[in-house]
Amino acid sequence: MTIAIIDYGMGNLHSVAKAIEHVSPDERVAITRDARAIKGASRVVLPGQGAIRDCMGELERSELTGLVKELLADANKPLLGICVGQQMLMDKSEENGGVRCLGYMPGRVRRFAEDAVDGHGERLKVPHMGWNRVHQHHMHPLWEGILTGERFYFVHSYYVSADSDRDAMGYIDYAGSRAHVATGRDAVFAVQFHPEKSAAAGLKLLANFVSWSP
Amino acid sequence: MTLTKRIIPCLDVDRGRVVKGVNFVGIRDAGDPVEVARRYNEQNADEITFLDITASHEARDTTLEMVSRIAGEVFIPLTVGGGIRSCDNIRALLNAGADKVSINTAAVSDPEFVREAAERFGSQCIVVAIDAKRVSAAEEPPRWEIFTHGGRTPTGLDAIEWAQRMVEYGAGELLLTSMDRDGTREGFDLGITRAISDAVTVPVIASGGVGTLDHLVAGVKEGGAAAVLAASIFHFGEYSIEEAKRYMAERGIEVRL
Repeated sequence: MTIAIIDYGMGNLHSVAKAIEHVSPDERVAITRDARAIKGASRVVLPGQGAIRDCMGELERSELTGLVKELLADANKPLLGICVGQQMLMDKSEENGGVRCLGYMPGRVRRFAEDAVDGHGERLKVPHMGWNRVHQHHMHPLWEGILTGERFYFVHSYYVSADSDRDAMGYIDYAGSRAHVATGRDAVFAVQFHPEKSAAAGLKLLANFVSWSP
Repeated sequence: MTLTKRIIPCLDVDRGRVVKGVNFVGIRDAGDPVEVARRYNEQNADEITFLDITASHEARDTTLEMVSRIAGEVFIPLTVGGGIRSCDNIRALLNAGADKVSINTAAVSDPEFVREAAERFGSQCIVVAIDAKRVSAAEEPPRWEIFTHGGRTPTGLDAIEWAQRMVEYGAGELLLTSMDRDGTREGFDLGITRAISDAVTVPVIASGGVGTLDHLVAGVKEGGAAAVLAASIFHFGEYSIEEAKRYMAERGIEVRL
């Protein structure tokens, strides 16, 4: 059984690989851009970091866009999107003047307002960086053993707003907006936060992904 | 408001050992970086910062190996700084397991490098370290200037303007160190911390001078910092990260407990 981490040239995949290896020492974890290896894997991680235009562009340049769409449509192949890997699943992002995304899940990617202040009058910083409470909106096998309101590590300026309540698995409220920081349907689960950097709670979510049979 | 203020222990590493100097001189050994990082992870640190203070050519491989070992067992964000001059340096560190890199001297000598790095790797992993020193006399309106090379070289750059410029160039976070206070245990320079926190949209990490837990509280409450960084109060067992967090929580600061 191999877990493939799709390497299309964006982002730091080593942290994700190390964290998955840590929670599932018996699985083989491969950082790869080889279409056959990705297809043959039992589960797949779609990471993403940086600007969404670059992420979409690099995925296209790596000739992996079609394959990722195929994987998303496969209801038997668990796929975990992380960070921009979550945002890419939406229809469209307003980053970089508007970028069309993979369109797997109806919804948009928006930017946090920069002029919001908290209850003490302190400016809410963008990027939204640090540990925030994730409220679980629907039950899901990937939340198993994780309390609603548990903190995860974030670093992002754009957030997902899913059209359908059914796709929204978890959320935070920040800078006057509700961000769907976990979304899912069928065999796909995607998160804005970094489970690989979220200490015990993050490792638990990764362990749940590794044992998930949708 | 649910985003917590972060507590970041800092490992100043010289030739593979954690050290701590006073005003950058007078080094004291504080242990093996991997063990120290593991301890802070167990104490619920929010992130770890690793500064390679020798940053010589020979030290670089040691640093990469240390970073890789830490990243293999500590699953919280890891920032690495010290002598970063090129995108190749950054890539090597990220591949070793760093999540963010902290750029200091190279940002001053070539500001475009910050822009290039942010475009290449994303703002989320580019921290610009700002070493500031007060240059105005006590009776004058306060003014701070940027210094490089561990606080030895003045640059003539105004610290607040510089901070704004670095954010414009793509810095996702600023690590602000007061050179007047670093190692003194007298507390952060709250004036510059507040001035820069108010002047930029990105999070500011306050650093330099922590001697008590009240200093951490002041950095957040008076300085407006999103995160506080300290070394010696944690390294030598005076306080654990957990004690610091509880102390801050009791004073109304939201922390991850």
